Amino acid sequence: MRLSGTFRTTDAARAWDELHAAFAGAGPGELALDLSGVERIDGGVIALIVAARDELAALGVNARIVSTPEHVRPLFELYGGLEEASVRAPRPALGPIEAIGDVAVRWAAATRVAVIFLAEVASAFVSLLRRPRSAHLKEVPWLVQRAGFDALPIVSLISFLVGFVMGYQSARQLERFGANVYVADLVGISITRELAPLMTAIIVAGRSGAAFAAEISTMKVSDEVDALRVMGLRPIAWLVVPRLLALVLVLPILVLVSDVIGIAGGLVVAVMSLDVSASAYLLETRRGLVPWDVGQGLVKSVPFGLAIALIACQQGFAASGGAESVGRRTTTTVVTCLFALVLLDAAFTFTFRMLGL
Amino acid sequence: MNAAPQEAPPERERVLDVRGLTIGWGDRVLHHDLTFHVDRGEVFAILGRSGSGKSTLLRFLIGLERPIAGDVDIAGQGPVDLTTGLPPFGVMFQAGALFGSMTVGENVELPLAEWTDLPPKAAAAIARTKLALVGLEGAFETLPSELSGGMVRRAALARALALDPELLFLDEPSAGLDPITAKEIDDLIRTLNESLGLTCIVVTHELESIFAIADRCIVLDDRGGGIVAEGDPRALRESTDPRVREFFTRGGRG
Repeated sequence: MRLSGTFRTTDAARAWDELHAAFAGAGPGELALDLSGVERIDGGVIALIVAARDELAALGVNARIVSTPEHVRPLFELYGGLEEASVRAPRPALGPIEAIGDVAVRWAAATRVAVIFLAEVASAFVSLLRRPRSAHLKEVPWLVQRAGFDALPIVSLISFLVGFVMGYQSARQLERFGANVYVADLVGISITRELAPLMTAIIVAGRSGAAFAAEISTMKVSDEVDALRVMGLRPIAWLVVPRLLALVLVLPILVLVSDVIGIAGGLVVAVMSLDVSASAYLLETRRGLVPWDVGQGLVKSVPFGLAIALIACQQGFAASGGAESVGRRTTTTVVTCLFALVLLDAAFTFTFRMLGL
Repeated sequence: MNAAPQEAPPERERVLDVRGLTIGWGDRVLHHDLTFHVDRGEVFAILGRSGSGKSTLLRFLIGLERPIAGDVDIAGQGPVDLTTGLPPFGVMFQAGALFGSMTVGENVELPLAEWTDLPPKAAAAIARTKLALVGLEGAFETLPSELSGGMVRRAALARALALDPELLFLDEPSAGLDPITAKEIDDLIRTLNESLGLTCIVVTHELESIFAIADRCIVLDDRGGGIVAEGDPRALRESTDPRVREFFTRGGRG
C-alpha cells in the first residue's frame, strides 16, 4: 500500500475511513505501508498511521512502515512509528458481581470518611468551648446574610406560589361541599407542617449548600486548606463551624417567612375565586392552626440546616485534584442534600405521629 | 553574594532533624529511611527531578502527612503536630495558596489576628511592613486574583513571615517564573536569610536558584532510592555518582 501526496490532520478523517474500509476483513498476513511518495505530513496523520498499524497487528497482520522519506523520519521517530507494532490488550470490563463489589467498597470508604468528618466536627465544637476564636465566628454574620437575607426573594416567591397553587387545586373540591373557608386550614396546615420547611431547605441546599461545597473544594484544591493547617488553624473549625451555625440560624427564620407568605398565597386564592373574605380566611387560619403546626416545621428546619451544612462541607473537604473535582463535589452535594432532606422529613413526620404530637 | 562553601561545624544548633523517615501512604512507600538535618541559619535545598517526591517530602516535614516510620524533629520540639497550636515555622506553598476571598493585606494579617492579641491597627501595620519587606508596598488592598505570578509568591512569602518564624519552608519558590523575577525571588530569600538569620528549606529543581541560594542540599532519587547525595551543591557538581552529576549538569530536566 502506497501513500503519496500531502497529509494534514484537518482532512485526515476521510483517509482514516478509507484506510479502515481497505482493512475490513483482513486476515493474517503481511502489509507494507510505503511512504516514499509523501510530500508533507503532520503529526496527527502520523499518529493515525501508527495507530492503524497497531490495529492491524491486533488482527494478525504484520504491517510495516517502509521507505519513510528523510524529511518525515524525525517526526515518525517521535511518534513511535519506527518501533515494532505493539498490541495492547484491552482492559477487561468488570463483571456484574465485581461491579457490585466495587460499588460496595467505595460506599464503605465514603461512609468511613463521613464518620471521621463528623467526629472532627464534633471535636471542633468541643475545642470551640475552650477557644472561641478558633472558629472564625467573624464570618457568621456575612454567611447569614448570604445564606439567609439574600435567599429571601426566592423563598418568598416560591412559598407564595406553593400556597397559591395548593389553594387553587383544593378550591374545586371544597366548593363541591360548600366548605370554601376550610381552604385556610388546608393551606395553613400543609404549608407550616411540611411544605415551608421542605421547600425552604431545598432552596437553601441549592443555593448555599452548592456554594459551600464549591468554596471549600476550591480551597482544598488550591492548597488553601493546607495553608490554614500550617498556620496552626483547624480547617474544620475554621470553615465548617461558621457555616453550620449560619444555616442553623437562618433556616428557622426563612421557614417562618415562608409560612407567612405561603398562607398569604392561599389567602389570595380564597379571596379571588372562593368568595372567602380575607378576615374570614385569617380567622379560620387562626382557629385551625395550633402553635405546634408551626413549631414542628421550625423544629425540623434545624436538622435540615445541619444536614445541608455537614453534607456540603464534607463534600468540599473530600475534593482532590482539579476543577473537575470541584464540579463533581458540588453536584454530589445538591443530590445528597435533596435525598437527605426528604429522608429526614419522612423520619420526622413518622416520629411526631408515633409520639402523638 | 554566594557564601564561601563551608562545612557546618558540628556544634551548630539543628533546626530540623530528620531520622529514619519513611514517607508514603499505606503500602506505597515513596522513600525509605531518610536521614538528614538542617542547621540554624542555613539555606537548605531539597533537590530532585520532577516526580522524585520532593514536594511530598516537604508535606511530611511540615506535618501535613503522617510518616510511615521515623521522626521529624523541628527546633528540638519533637514531631510536628499541627492540631496543637502554632507550628514553629512558616510555609510558602508552590502556587502561593493565598486565600482568594481576602485581600493580600488580610492574608498577611490573618496569622497575626489569630495568634496575637494585637489591635487591628497594629496588625495592619505589621502586615504592611511585611509586604514592604517583599516589595509589595502597594498591594495591601489587592485581591490575590489580580496579582501576577511573581507577586503571588511575594505575597505568600510575606504571609509566611507574618509571625517572624525562625524557619521557613518554601515549595518551588521560583518555578514557572521568568528568569528575572525568579532571580529577584532568589535574592529576596538570600537577603532574608542573611539579614534576619532565617533558616530556609527550599524545594526546587531550578539549577540557577540552587547555586544562588543553597548552602547545602540533598538530592532525592526519582525512583524511590532515598537520598543520593548530600552536601554543598557546588561540590556535588563534581560528584562521581552519575545520577547526581546528571542532575547538576543537565538541570534536572529529564
